Amino acid sequence: MDVLDIARWQFGIITVYHFLFVPITIGLSAIVAGFETAWVRTRDERWLRLTKFFGKLFLINFALGVVTGIVQEFQFGMNWSDYSRFVGDVFGAPLAIEGLLAFFLESTFLGLWIFGWDKLPRALHAATMWLVHLGTVLSAYFILAANSWMQNPVGYTFNPDTGRAELDDFVAVLVNKVQLVTFPHVLAACYLTGGAFVLGVAMWLMLRKRSDEGDRPLYRTAVRVGAWVVLVAGLGVAVTGDVQGKIMTEVQPMKMAAAEALYETDESCAPFSVFTIGTPDGREEKFSVTVPCLLSFLGTGTFDGKVEGINDLREKYVAEYGQDPGATYFSAGDYTPVIPVTYWSFRLMIGLGMAAAALAAAVLWVTRKGRTPGHRAWVWAAVALPLLPLAANSFGWIFTEMGRQPWAVYGLMTTELAVSPGVSAGEAMTSLVALTLVYAVLAVVELKLMLTYIRKGAEPFAEPPDPKLGADSDEPLTFAY
Amino acid sequence: MELTTVWFTLIAVLWVGYFVLEGFDFGVGMLMPVLARNDRERRVVINTIGPVWDGNEVWVLVAGGATFAAFPEWYATLFSGFYLPLLLILLALIVRGVAFEYRAKRDDATWRSRWDLAIIVGSAVPALLWGVAFANIVRGVPIDADKEYTGSLLTLLDPYALLGGATTLLLFLTHGAMFLALKTDGDIRHRARAAAVRLGLVTAGVAVAFLAWTQLEAGDAGSAVLFLVAAVALVAGVAAARAGREGWAFLGTFLTIGLAVAGLFAALFPDVMPTTLADGVSLTTTNAAATDYTLTIMTWVAAVFTPVVLMYQGWTYWVFRKRISVHHIPADRQPVDA
Ligand code: HDD
Ligand code: HEM
Ligand code: HEM
Repeated sequence: MDVLDIARWQFGIITVYHFLFVPITIGLSAIVAGFETAWVRTRDERWLRLTKFFGKLFLINFALGVVTGIVQEFQFGMNWSDYSRFVGDVFGAPLAIEGLLAFFLESTFLGLWIFGWDKLPRALHAATMWLVHLGTVLSAYFILAANSWMQNPVGYTFNPDTGRAELDDFVAVLVNKVQLVTFPHVLAACYLTGGAFVLGVAMWLMLRKRSDEGDRPLYRTAVRVGAWVVLVAGLGVAVTGDVQGKIMTEVQPMKMAAAEALYETDESCAPFSVFTIGTPDGREEKFSVTVPCLLSFLGTGTFDGKVEGINDLREKYVAEYGQDPGATYFSAGDYTPVIPVTYWSFRLMIGLGMAAAALAAAVLWVTRKGRTPGHRAWVWAAVALPLLPLAANSFGWIFTEMGRQPWAVYGLMTTELAVSPGVSAGEAMTSLVALTLVYAVLAVVELKLMLTYIRKGAEPFAEPPDPKLGADSDEPLTFAY
Repeated sequence: MELTTVWFTLIAVLWVGYFVLEGFDFGVGMLMPVLARNDRERRVVINTIGPVWDGNEVWVLVAGGATFAAFPEWYATLFSGFYLPLLLILLALIVRGVAFEYRAKRDDATWRSRWDLAIIVGSAVPALLWGVAFANIVRGVPIDADKEYTGSLLTLLDPYALLGGATTLLLFLTHGAMFLALKTDGDIRHRARAAAVRLGLVTAGVAVAFLAWTQLEAGDAGSAVLFLVAAVALVAGVAAARAGREGWAFLGTFLTIGLAVAGLFAALFPDVMPTTLADGVSLTTTNAAATDYTLTIMTWVAAVFTPVVLMYQGWTYWVFRKRISVHHIPADRQPVDA
C-alpha cells in the first residue's frame, strides 16, 4: 500500500471510531442533564439515581471520545499536509473556534460536574451538565461546518499566486446550505443514539431475571424517556435526511446517483432501488428491484423530476474538470465513487436507524400503562437498541465521505493531491498499526467496563452532602478518582 | 502591530498556557509512584489534578487549531515533519487520559497498577518530547524550497534537542512537586516539598545550560531578558519551597516555565520554523500565514472568548482550591461484582 491508501484507511478507521463515542456523548449529556434537572425540581429520588447511574456510563464513554478526538485534531497536519496548506485559510478557522468555544467548555464544566457534587449548589451543579451539552453541540456545529465546506465549498476564492483557497466570506461558510441540513441531521442522529442507549440499557435491567424487583419502576421510567427521545429524534432524522437528499442531488449529483446505483438518466421518472447488483467497476447494472418514480420524488420533490445517471454524469464531469482526476489512482472509477459502498451504506444508515425507531415505538406500546413485556425476545431487543444507531451513524459517514470521492474538497482538490508528500509509507504504516492496536485494546477495555457498570445497576439513593457545609469540612470527597 | 505578529503572539500565549498548566499535571503524573507509598496516597496525588487535567490539555488542542488557522504552512510542515515524535505524544496522551478516568473503576490491584504505568509513561513521554520538538523548532531543521521537512527522525534527536527534552522533563517534574506541596496535606506534602527542592537544583543546572545554548544559537535581546528572569524565578521558587512558602514556590516554577517558553518564541520570531538548508526556505510569520481576512475574524473571536475561558477556568481552580489528604479519599470502594 502506498501512503495515500494508508492515510485513507487511517482517516476512516480513526474517525469512525471517534464517532462511536461522539453521538453517545452528545445524546447522553442532554439526557443526564435532563434527569438531574428533574431531580432538582421535583426532589424525587429516582431522578437522582438515574442521573448518577447514566452519568457514570457517560464518563466511561466520554473518556474515549476525548482521547480519540486529540488524534483527529493533529492528523490533518500529519497525513494530509498538502490538504492543510491548500485549505488552511478556510478550514482552520472553524477548527480553532471549535477548540476555543467548545472543548474548553466541555472539559472544564465536566470536571466541575464530576467533582463538584459537594461543592456547588444543586441547581448550579445541574447547570454544569447543560453547559457540557452546549459544548458538545457547539463542537458539532463548527466541525460539521468544516466538513460541509469540503462537501460544498463556498465563501472562498482560489488564489493562483499562493495556490490555495482563501476565505472571503466566513458567514457563508457557517451557513453553507449543506451545513444547514447536515447539522440538524447529525444532531438528531446523536439524540437518537443517546436515547437508544438509555432505552436499551434500562430495558435490559428491567427485564433481567435477578432484577431487584423494587427497581423495576425506576428502569421503566428510563425506558419510557429513552423511547420517546428515540421516536422524536427518529422523526427529525427522517425529515432532515429527506431535505439533505434534495440538496445533495443539487450540489453533488454523482453522490445521489451512486447512492441509488442509477446508471442511466431517467428523463421522466427515476426509480428508487431497493436492491441492485452492478458490475464492480460501477459501469453497468446487472440486476435490481425498484420502486418506480420514488427516487425522483426523494431527489427533487416531484414524481417526474429528472435525476441524472452515473454514466451521463461521468461524461459531464470529464468535460468540466478534465480527463480522470484520479486516473492514476481511482483508475476504475474516474469521478465515480465505489458504487457498492455508497449504495449499501446509504441503505444501512436508513434501515438500521429506522429499525431502532420502530423498536422504540414497539417498546412504548408494550410498556403502556404500567405493563412489562414478558417475552424474552425483548431482552435481545434491548441489546440491539444501542448498537443499531451506532452502526447507522458509521454508515452515514462512510456514505457521505466515500460518496464524495475522488474529491477531498468537492470540485477543487482530489484526495490523491491532499496527502502529505513528505511522509513515508513506513511512517504512515507505523501510525496506522499503532493507533489501530491501541484503539482495539481500548475498545475491549471500555466495553468490559461499560458492561460491568451496567450489570451493577443503579445504586441506592444517597442524599448528596450540602455544599454549604462542605467548604471547610474534613469529610471525604463525594467523588474521587 | 501586524496581524501576523498578533497571531504569532497569541500562539505563543497558547503554548505558554499549555506548558504552565499541563506542565504540572505531567509532573504530578510522573511523581505519583515516587511520592505516594500506597494506593490511598496515589489517589490523593491523582485527585489533585482530577478536575482540571482535561481543561489543561485543551490548551494544546487550541494551539494546534490556531496554528492551522493562522499559519497553515507551519501546521502542515511541523506536523508532517515531526511525524513519529508527534505520534508518540498522541499515543501517550491517549493512554494517560483514559488511565485517569478508568483507574479507580475496578477494585483490582493489577488493573490499577497497569493504569498507573500508563499515567507515568503517558506523562513522561510528552514532557520529554515537547522539549525536543521546541528545541528543534527554534534551532531550525532541514526544510526544502517546497516547505517540506527533509530530515529524518535522527535529525531531531541531536544533543541540543535532547537537552531541550531533559529541560522540559525536569521543569515539569519540579513544577509538579511544587503543585503537590501546595495542594496536599500530611506526609505527601512534606515529601513533595523535599522533592521540589532537590529536583529544583538539578533542574536549574540543566535549564540554564539549555537556555544559554539557545541564546547563543538563536537568541536576541528580548529572549535574553526573558531567559534571565526565568532563571531567577526558578531559583527564587526553590528558595521559597525550602522556606515552606508553597504558594510562592509554585508561582516561581509557573513563571519560570512561562517566561522560558515566551523566550523561545521571542528567539524564534520572525521565523516560525527556520531552515538549516542553504537552498531551503524558512517559514516565517509572513510566508506561512493565512490571509488578513481570516486573521481578522480569528482575532475578533479570540478577543471575545479568551477572557471568558480564562474566567471559568480560573473559577474551577477556585472551586477546587482546598488541599487534599488521605482522609478525603472515600474508603468504601464499592466492590464490583462482575
Ligand atoms: C458531530 C460531532 C463531531 C464530529 C463530526 C467530530 N467530533 Fe470530535 N468531538 C465531538 C464531536 C464531534 C464532541 C461531542 O464534542 C466530543 C466527543 C466526545 C467528547 O469528549 O467531545 C469530541 C471530542 C473531540 C476532541 C477532544 C476534546 C476535548 O479534549 O475535550 C477533539 C480534539 C476533537 N473531537 C476533534 C475532532 C476533529 C478534528 C474532527 C473531524 C475530523 C472531529 N472531532 C469530528
Ligand atoms: C469535520 C469533520 C470531517 C472532516 C473534515 C473529514 C475529512 C476527511 C478527509 C480529509 C478524508 C480523507 C480523504 C479520503 O480518503 O476520503 C476523509 C475520509 C473519510 N472520512 Fe471524513 N471527515 C470528517 C468527518 C468524518 C466523520 C465524523 C466520519 C465518520 C465517522 C468520517 C468518515 C470518513 C471515512 C470513512 C473516510 C474514508 C473514505 C475514503 O477513504 O474513501 N469523516 N474525511
Ligand atoms: C429516513 C432516514 C434517513 C435519510 C433520508 C437520510 C439521509 C441522509 C443523506 C442524504 C445523507 C448524505 C448527505 C450528504 O452527503 O450530502 C445522510 C448522511 C448521514 N446520515 Fe442520514 N438519513 C436517514 C437516517 C439516518 C439515521 C437513522 C442516522 C443515524 C442514526 C443517520 C446518520 C447520518 C450521518 C451520521 C450522516 C453523515 C453526515 C451528514 O452528511 O449529514 N441518518 N443521511
